[in-house]
Amino acid sequence: MAKPQGIKRNVLPGFGLTMGYTLLYLSLIVLVPLAALFVKSAGMSGEQFWKAVSNPRVVASYRLTFGASLIAALVNVVFGFVVAWTLVRYRFPGRKLVDALVDLPFALPTAVSGIALTTVYSKHGWIGRYLEPLGIKVAFAPLGITIALVFIGLPFVVRTLEPALSDLERDGEEAAASLGASRWQTFWRVIVPTVLPALLTGFALSFARAIGEYGSVVFIAGNMPMKTEITSLLIVEKLGQHDVAGATAIALVMLLASFVLLLVINGIQHYAGRRYQGAV
Amino acid sequence: MSIEVEHISKSFGHFKALDDVSLRINDGELVALLGPSGSGKTTLLRIIAGLEAPDQHPHASIRFHSEDVSSRGVGERRVGFVFQHYALFRHMTVFENVAFGLRVRPRRDRPAKEEIRDRVERLLSLVQLQQFSKRYPSQLSGGQRQRVALARALAVEPKVLLLDEPFGALDAKVRQGLRAWLRRLHEEIHITSVLVTHDQEEALEVADRVVVMNNAKIEQEGAPHEVFHQAKTEFVMKFLGQVNVFHGRVRQGKAEIGGLAVDYPSYKDEAARPATVYMRPHEFDIRRKSNGKPSFPARVVRTNSAGAFARVTLQRESGETVIVDLSLEEFNQLALAEGELVHLYPKNARVFIPEVAV
Amino acid sequence: MELALTTTGFEASNWAHARPRLKAATEEKPWVRLACITVTVLFLALLLFVPLASVFAEAFREGVRVYFASFSDRYAIAAIRLTLLAAAISVPLNTAFGLTAAWAITKFQFRGKSLLITLIDLPFAVSPIVSGLIYVLVFGMQGWVGAWLSEHNIQVIFAVPGIVLATVFVTFPFVARELIPLMQEQGTEEEEAATSLGASGWQTFMKVTLPNVKWALLYGVILANARAMGEFGAVAVVSGHLRGKTNTMPLHVETLYNEYNFVAASAVASLLALLGLVTLAIKSAVEWKVRRDYEAAAVSESS
Repeated sequence: MAKPQGIKRNVLPGFGLTMGYTLLYLSLIVLVPLAALFVKSAGMSGEQFWKAVSNPRVVASYRLTFGASLIAALVNVVFGFVVAWTLVRYRFPGRKLVDALVDLPFALPTAVSGIALTTVYSKHGWIGRYLEPLGIKVAFAPLGITIALVFIGLPFVVRTLEPALSDLERDGEEAAASLGASRWQTFWRVIVPTVLPALLTGFALSFARAIGEYGSVVFIAGNMPMKTEITSLLIVEKLGQHDVAGATAIALVMLLASFVLLLVINGIQHYAGRRYQGAV
Repeated sequence: MSIEVEHISKSFGHFKALDDVSLRINDGELVALLGPSGSGKTTLLRIIAGLEAPDQHPHASIRFHSEDVSSRGVGERRVGFVFQHYALFRHMTVFENVAFGLRVRPRRDRPAKEEIRDRVERLLSLVQLQQFSKRYPSQLSGGQRQRVALARALAVEPKVLLLDEPFGALDAKVRQGLRAWLRRLHEEIHITSVLVTHDQEEALEVADRVVVMNNAKIEQEGAPHEVFHQAKTEFVMKFLGQVNVFHGRVRQGKAEIGGLAVDYPSYKDEAARPATVYMRPHEFDIRRKSNGKPSFPARVVRTNSAGAFARVTLQRESGETVIVDLSLEEFNQLALAEGELVHLYPKNARVFIPEVAV
Repeated sequence: MELALTTTGFEASNWAHARPRLKAATEEKPWVRLACITVTVLFLALLLFVPLASVFAEAFREGVRVYFASFSDRYAIAAIRLTLLAAAISVPLNTAFGLTAAWAITKFQFRGKSLLITLIDLPFAVSPIVSGLIYVLVFGMQGWVGAWLSEHNIQVIFAVPGIVLATVFVTFPFVARELIPLMQEQGTEEEEAATSLGASGWQTFMKVTLPNVKWALLYGVILANARAMGEFGAVAVVSGHLRGKTNTMPLHVETLYNEYNFVAASAVASLLALLGLVTLAIKSAVEWKVRRDYEAAAVSESS
């Protein structure tokens, strides 16, 4: 990896030094510690590992984590599209403020998001007090977890879609209109297919973030085993009980899930790059 | 300062950009490296500059005034390099850009502040940009940026000036003006200069000597009129100026295309070999009647006299198109009608026999 | 091969799209437009703005005096100090790394470049809890070097070094990933020009490269800083929640909250929220500045 091709001497100096430092720092901070997770898991017997990752409480946590993340990502795709579309296409008073607000979940520490959402959606909270009489329980219920995941996932969809939407060539829409398509037909047949890769990427990013989320969820979740306990919290619980092996096994499952999603995202972008930009 | 390039090769992966190229550039000369994209001309320029290292070869060397500079980096060769896209420092003003090369010198070699200012101002007036010294590159037109790039390169008093497609990104009109300006500038400062271009007109107009490159090799070098009128290879013939191409064969000292035979004394063999014959559009006479000299018939398809000369497009019986340029006088005298059958008398022809792979 | 897990890239091109007035053929009916705007504003207000406002409301519920009292508490001060310390170590480290890695990656050609970029982005793909856990596996009592460390009386896990390490990990890619695409786009021509004019490597870096990427650098640094000060999950795993010793501000918020001290928890949280808002403001200002520069350049280029 560390040798520039063909040229013995580079015009610009510093390749050896900067590349050496990059690889050293990357290895010390990221690669070696991550390897520890794999090595530790490899030290367990197959049976031990399977027991750790498949007991009912753990499986319930997977179901909750992945289910809520999936629903949250889907909600974000729908609303994220509306938000991105509005920000790109329409001028209205306060647009800049709304635009800046979209990044709030990125900038707000997750613990703050967590207690903020809990405060608002609890029985006496600003929104919770109106939902309580209707029999809708948000805080300390799966619905609350989903709302927290919508909260932290929204910017991924909006910020991925925005460039794609503003890159849309107007002439495609104009051509559709000139061929007699209604605005609605143009939307479904021209606009959506064109930005589909960005939409899928946004969905996957939002989903990936949601399954690993911890801070904004633990406060609102209630954390009841089998009911409102997410996988990340379960890992923390195991660590608290000094069950490092159990925690490691579950963590490996989560890490592999993230890697699969990472591959999916790269795949989408690679496909979109080839399909829409053409081979250069 | 002369430049001697010897046995230089350069590969990028499997792509051979330069294949054992040797070239000598004399002191004070302005040489154009001309060729299509991918011919290796820019790579050669970058290797001369020290921006790229040539492949290792026992006899490879780059010498400036007989002094080997192969092992010197670009900063130590004292070359002025003008980049294709200018490479101006976008966060610096015009003045700061030009002063950069002086300001980064170690303290003991650095000129005093006032001297730097004087020198930059002199250079800016040389490139006629005095009034723009406080502007940023983004506030200049393409032609102005190119002149800043040139002033910046000259500021370090280089011994050699290297220009990579200097006018490539500009529109035709600006290019024309800058070309003449560059020539005048060269007359004024007489610095050994190498210019890379794919525009033949530019090369032929500006340079003292033109080096035509193709496929990683030098095809021909010589004064502009030499390479234009005495092309040594088919490539040069086709690349410079317009040309009519005919496919025929040679034998017994003659090249034959259709009914026409052209003298070709250097091939006396009995056995016929395929040959290609090139004729430039201005090297024809058009007559209505045959006068016994070698000629071939063709039908007038189109005429266009909007220009310094008249262009006549004709078609041979075999379907080949022939382009002929006539002086306006001659054209008016002939008064050709479209569809008319005439005789074409070649005044000059060049015959090339394709190399046979043994 | 890039994973845009934090924000969209820094490249000016992302922001540079002038948005011309719509033509009639591609315009929606007024009610559609109104509906879109209404949904956007309401959705964002309910989901984002209301919770944010509630933090401040809760924090000031018992008055200004109680609000400020929440910070004069000894444990609160220790938490603020620890948070600042973790950020003060991790942000400069990762900034230096980002600049170094970006130089190596964008100014030279070598095999395995896209793999390297993917590896640098890796910490974004690892969830916070797992990020903390991997350091427990290396430095904890049962970890690779745990026994050796305890023999020498060095504590990493449940101590300040662990918190710093976890913070370094989660903020690892921020600066690098802002710089790499931008420097790739800018190419090496200006650096070559500087070198050809006799500038040394260091001069080239300081006078040409750095000024060209300063906004992206600032952008990366403030995002890294926000994350460093606000990180919760990864730090929670390695901290041990020792009050006054290993509690950062977010962990202190959690401690207070779990003690049902909602007002104090919200007060400290409001301080963190303020940090987020300031980050957003700087981020917007940088984006605005870069877009303006870019458009100014585009305008004069076309004239």
